[in-house]
Amino acid sequence: MSTIINLSRRDFCKTGALLGGGLVLGFYYPGCKAGKKEEVKAVAPFIPNAFIRIGADDTVTIIVNKSEMGQGVYTSLPMLIAEELALDWSTIRIEPAPVDPAYNHTQWGPIQGTGGSTSIRSTWEQLRTAGATARVMLEMAAADIWQVDEKDCRAENGHIIHKGSNRKLSFGELVEKAADIEPPKDVTLKDPKDFKVIGRNKKRLDTPDKVHGKAVFGIDVMVPDMLTAVVARAPVFGGMVKSVNDKKAKEIPGVKAVVQIDSGVAVVADHFWAANLGREALEVEWDEGTLAALDTQNQGEQYVEMATKPGLIAAQRGDVQAALATAAQNIEAVYELPYLAHAPMEPLNCVAYVRPDSCEIWTGTQMQTSDRDAAVELTGLPPEKVTLHTTYLGGGFGRRAVGDAHFVREAVQVSMAVKKPIKVIWTREDDIHGGFYRPRAYNVIKAGLDAEGMPVGWQHRIVCQSIVEGTPFEMLIKDGIDETSVEGAADSPYDVPNFICDYQKAPSGVPVLWRRSVGHSFTAFVKEGFVDELAHAAGKDPYAFRRQLLAKHPRQQALLDLVAEKADWGNPSAKDRFQGIAIHESFGSFIAQVAEVSVSDAGKISVHKVVCAIDCGRTVNPDTIKAQMESAIVFGLSAAFYGEITFKNGRVVQSNFNDYEVLRMNEMPLIEVHIMPSEEPPGGVGEPGVPPIAPAVANAVFAAKGIRMRKLPMT
Amino acid sequence: MISLDINEKKYQVEVEPDVPLLWVIRDHLQLTGTKFGCGISACGACTVHIDGEAERSCQVSAKEAEGKKITTIEGMPEDHPVKRAWIEDDVPQCGYCHPGQIMQAAALLAENPNPSDSDIDEAMSGNICRCGTYQRIRRAIHIATKSMPKGG
Ligand code: FES
Ligand code: FES
Repeated sequence: MSTIINLSRRDFCKTGALLGGGLVLGFYYPGCKAGKKEEVKAVAPFIPNAFIRIGADDTVTIIVNKSEMGQGVYTSLPMLIAEELALDWSTIRIEPAPVDPAYNHTQWGPIQGTGGSTSIRSTWEQLRTAGATARVMLEMAAADIWQVDEKDCRAENGHIIHKGSNRKLSFGELVEKAADIEPPKDVTLKDPKDFKVIGRNKKRLDTPDKVHGKAVFGIDVMVPDMLTAVVARAPVFGGMVKSVNDKKAKEIPGVKAVVQIDSGVAVVADHFWAANLGREALEVEWDEGTLAALDTQNQGEQYVEMATKPGLIAAQRGDVQAALATAAQNIEAVYELPYLAHAPMEPLNCVAYVRPDSCEIWTGTQMQTSDRDAAVELTGLPPEKVTLHTTYLGGGFGRRAVGDAHFVREAVQVSMAVKKPIKVIWTREDDIHGGFYRPRAYNVIKAGLDAEGMPVGWQHRIVCQSIVEGTPFEMLIKDGIDETSVEGAADSPYDVPNFICDYQKAPSGVPVLWRRSVGHSFTAFVKEGFVDELAHAAGKDPYAFRRQLLAKHPRQQALLDLVAEKADWGNPSAKDRFQGIAIHESFGSFIAQVAEVSVSDAGKISVHKVVCAIDCGRTVNPDTIKAQMESAIVFGLSAAFYGEITFKNGRVVQSNFNDYEVLRMNEMPLIEVHIMPSEEPPGGVGEPGVPPIAPAVANAVFAAKGIRMRKLPMT
Repeated sequence: MISLDINEKKYQVEVEPDVPLLWVIRDHLQLTGTKFGCGISACGACTVHIDGEAERSCQVSAKEAEGKKITTIEGMPEDHPVKRAWIEDDVPQCGYCHPGQIMQAAALLAENPNPSDSDIDEAMSGNICRCGTYQRIRRAIHIATKSMPKGG
C-alpha cells in the first residue's frame, strides 16, 4: 500500500525520543513491507536526486516540494516521476520536502513555494527528468550485474527486465549497485504518445488518511511540552499596543504567560481554550493608527474620485478617444468588487520550537523560504539550524503564501519568549479580521460599437491596491504597474482595434494578498460582463459575439464551441431557466462556462447547473482537473453571492461564517466538466476555474430579468 | 475530573467542566481528527456522534458530554460504508472538513438509509467545504446507501 509520511500524535509517541535530534516528518515509516525489514537496515537507499529515494525494500519515496492543499499535488507530481521511472505505484511513499535550494520553484527565482497554479507547469520537465535519470541508473546497474548491454534492459512496474533472457531484478535489489552509478548527463524523455501514467485517472494517495481523520494538518501537530497561544491583534490595521493589563488574563486557569510580540499580545496556555479565555480577559489599549476611521463607504467615494483621472497605462493600441468619438453607439459601465477573505477551512496556525541552537517549525505553508528566512532573522540562527516541516494545508487559496511570514513569526517570537514549543492558533474571527484580502476593485469601462455592432474602441480603468507593493515580490511591479492588478484586463484577447487599459493604484493600508485567481477574480467579471453588455447592445447572441471577437484565438473559439454544444446553448432545460456564458484565460489555461439559473419573483437567484469546458493543454490526472473545476466554481459562487469584507470605524464588520457566508450544499449546482483534448504544454488548473463563474451567472441573470449585475456580491 | 466515553474507551480528564468537548477531544485526548473551523456551530468541521446523533462538539461542554457515548472519526470503522464511498469517489481535496462531513453523512444514513437529494441538502447544509467538494459528497452518500446495512 502506498503511504504518505505524516506525523500523527501516535506516530510521534513512537519517535518522540528523536526530538532532540530534530523531529522529521518522515521519520516514521508505517507499513514497511513485512519480512524485508532486516535487509533494509543494512543497505543504504539509492538517492539519484533530490526527489527520489529508493529503498532496498522496494519502496520509492517521492519527495514533493509543493504543498498539498487539496489540489492533488501529492498524487499528480509523483505521476510525473512514475511515468519515466516505471515504478510500482503501490510502493510509493510521499514525503514533504525540507527547505533546500534543490526544491526551489523552477520559475520564481530562489524561492520554494506553491502558488500561481504552477505546480505541474514548473515541474513538468524537472520531475520527468528526475524519474528518467533514476530509471537509466537502475538499468545501468542491472546491465552491470548481468554483464549485458544496458540498451537491452528496461524498467517495468518496479523492476528492471533483461530483454534477451527475461531476467528480472526489483528496484530494491538494485539499490546497492545503482548507488555507484554515475548519473547520466542527458536523458531522453518519453514521447507523450507513449504515456501510460500521465493523462490517466489516478486515485489520490492522500484520500484514505483524510477520510480516516489521520491526515496531520498544522493545527494537529503535537510536540511534547507544547503550549498553545492565541494573539490579541490590533482591531485596526496598523494599530500598535499602547498598554497591556494582563492581571485578569493570568487568573484564568491554564494560562501560563502573556507576552508582547510584534503583531500584538500573545496569551499562552496549556490548551487552546484557556488561551482563548485568557485573551478575552486581557485588557489592551491600542494606538489605532492612521486607519482608525476607515470606512467602506468613504473609501468607495475615494475610488470613484480616483477613477476620474487617467492612470498608468498598462496596455494600449490605436486611438481609443477617436474611436469612441466616432462610434455609432457608446456604452459605459461601472463594475465594483469588494475585499474578500480567503477563509480556508483550517484557520491559520503554526508550531515553533526555538532552542538556543536550533529552531523547528511545523506549519501548512505555501512559502517555505520566506518562513524559514523569517525564523533565521528572528532567532539569529544560521539557516541550516532552522528546520521547517510542511504539513497538510486545510486549504490555502493563497492565504498561506505570504512574503512577510507573519503567521510563522508569531509562533517563533512566542517560543523565543517562553522557551517552549508553541502552537499559535488563529480563531475564525482572527482569520476574517486578519487582512491579506483580495483587493477591492473599482472599474470604469467604456466601449464604442460601429454600425454593424462590432466594438471599435475599448477603455478599461482599474482602481485597486497593489498586492505586491512593499512586499518581497515588489519586482512584479513593472513601470509602476502591478501585474496582478491588471491581469486579464490589459491582455484581453477580444479583437478591438483601439484599446486602452489604465491603472490607478489605490492607497495602501489594508493588507492585501493574492487570492485564488488573483487579479483575474475581478477582471474576468468586468471583461465578461461587459462583453455581454456589448453583445446585447449590438443585438447579437453572446456566444456568437464572443466567437467573432476571438477569431484570432482558435483555442478559445474551439472551447466556446465545446461549452456551447455541451450546455445545449440556447435551449435551457426548463422554461424558467436562463443561460449565461463566459470565457477567460488565466495561468496558462482557458476555461469557458455556461451557467443555468432561475430568478424567483422575489429576486432569489438559483444556479441549477454549470457546464464547464477547460483547455489546460496536456492533462496529468484528469479526475483532479475535474475536481479543481468543481472546487473553483463553488469558490467563485461563494464570492458571487456572499463574499464581502467591509469596514466601519477602521474595523472589519464581518467575523465568522455566520456573516461571511459561503456556498453550502443546498445551493450546490450540478457541475459538468469537459476537458478539451490537447497536446499543448500543460497549463494551470487550481485557479483558472474561478474567474468565469461570476460573470456567467451575472449574464444568465440578465438573460432572465434584464437586470445587469455589475457589483459583487450580487444581492 | 470529567469522565468521557469516546470510541468505546473511558477517559478521565482533568478539565474545567465548561470547556467545549471539541477542545477536550483535540487538546487533552489528542484525537485530532475532529476539526476546529468556526467555534460557533456554523461550519460542521467539529461534528461527532453523541449517543448516535451528529452534534457540533464546539457547542457541547465537557460536562454535558459526560455519561454519553461519543464517537469521533477515529472511532468510525475504516470499512464503514460512508468512509468506503468517500474513498471510492475520491471526495476530499484539502480534506479538512471531511471528518465532519463523514460523521454528518453517517448520522444521516443511520436514520435514513435512502436519502433523496433534498434530504441530503437538509442534513448536510450545516457542513461547509471551502474546497467545494459538495457534488462528490452528494454522490458518495448515494454510493454509500447501496452498501448500508438495511433495516435496524
Ligand atoms: S467548529 Fe463547530 S461548527 Fe464549526
Ligand atoms: S475538502 Fe477542503 S474544506 Fe472540504
